Amino acid sequence: MTQILDVARTQVLGRGIGFDEAQAARALGLPDAELDALLDLAHDVRLKWCGDEVEVEGIVSLKTGGCPEDCHFCSQSGLFDSPVRSAWLDVPSLVRAARETAATGATEFCIVAAVRGPDERLMQQVREGVAAIAAEVDINVACSLGMLTQAQVDELAAIGVHRYNHNLETARSYFPDVVSTHSYEERLDTCEMVRKAGMELCCGGILGMGETVAQRAEFAAQLAALAPDEVPLNFLNPRPGTPFGDQQPMSATDALRAVATFRLVMPRTILRFAGGREITLGDLAERGVRGGVNAVIVGNYLTTLGRPASEDLSMLADLKMPIKALAKDL
Amino acid sequence: MVHGAEDVFCDRCGADATTGAHADCVRARALEPPRYCSRCRRRMIVQVTPGGWTARCAEHGTHASR
Repeated sequence: MTQILDVARTQVLGRGIGFDEAQAARALGLPDAELDALLDLAHDVRLKWCGDEVEVEGIVSLKTGGCPEDCHFCSQSGLFDSPVRSAWLDVPSLVRAARETAATGATEFCIVAAVRGPDERLMQQVREGVAAIAAEVDINVACSLGMLTQAQVDELAAIGVHRYNHNLETARSYFPDVVSTHSYEERLDTCEMVRKAGMELCCGGILGMGETVAQRAEFAAQLAALAPDEVPLNFLNPRPGTPFGDQQPMSATDALRAVATFRLVMPRTILRFAGGREITLGDLAERGVRGGVNAVIVGNYLTTLGRPASEDLSMLADLKMPIKALAKDL
Repeated sequence: MVHGAEDVFCDRCGADATTGAHADCVRARALEPPRYCSRCRRRMIVQVTPGGWTARCAEHGTHASR
């Protein structure tokens, strides 16, 4: 077995100490012939340090399109020639989406808005939506509303939002190639405020945006330093009209290598399959769930469609991986 | 994608659906909602939810996944 896998077995599996950036780079550089061994080890790490449960989540776009930011992967930026038009979801529809999500067995429902940060109109919609869901649906509510002020962080925590998503998206060194309208540090500021307010922090990003393998390792290490409760891993799904619209999806083997490596960097984190896995991995997504992933987004995404939830739930049943039960502690 | 005689525009890219195969669009539409009205090429207001989607054309009404 390759030396880096021996190190992983002792350090990560044995002692629960995640890989550092240099070790992650070595894991990401393993040849295809050793991919199965890497994935098997990542799976063992996940089972030992996280258990066998899989956390299931649904997401919905509360406010779609018209975003003033220029995240080059995103079809919701108002700065690109994308076919996505602005749309708002009303509260009854939001509750219906939460109910549909809960019916799948999901414990998480994330309300997402394409904004730089929430204005008062959006905050009011979120207040009403979170209250309505809490009254009618048995599910944890998360939010992803862009960059927050301290007052907004405090309010979201107070109304019962238990997890907040704000992705770093990519390595610090590659971030300027992905976003120019705000900085990495601004994203970090919101993440730090969220954690200090007592909400769980969900922070991940998108792989396959043109970053180097070294930057992929850098990104994993930077996420680990932030110690989020959850890391959603997206794979670039090139969207028409965006600056990254002509890029090719990353290869399935590179994606799986990254999944396993991120697990070795963050042995205790909820590592979630998010957008893009259908086009990047296809049926190999199952291998990712046996390679370090312990959470999935089921159903559709924000502007694109996912596999039917029933297919993912069937996959988890076939793998004999129990779905995490709801435990509301707020 | 063309559904009927009145559907003359590709609902994914908005181009004339009667010319070209739009094979990439057909393939992509398995994982995307429609974006353009296939009758008038207007961009539609699309809402994706965990279990489906709706797409509204100001002229030709709302389409839904179910």
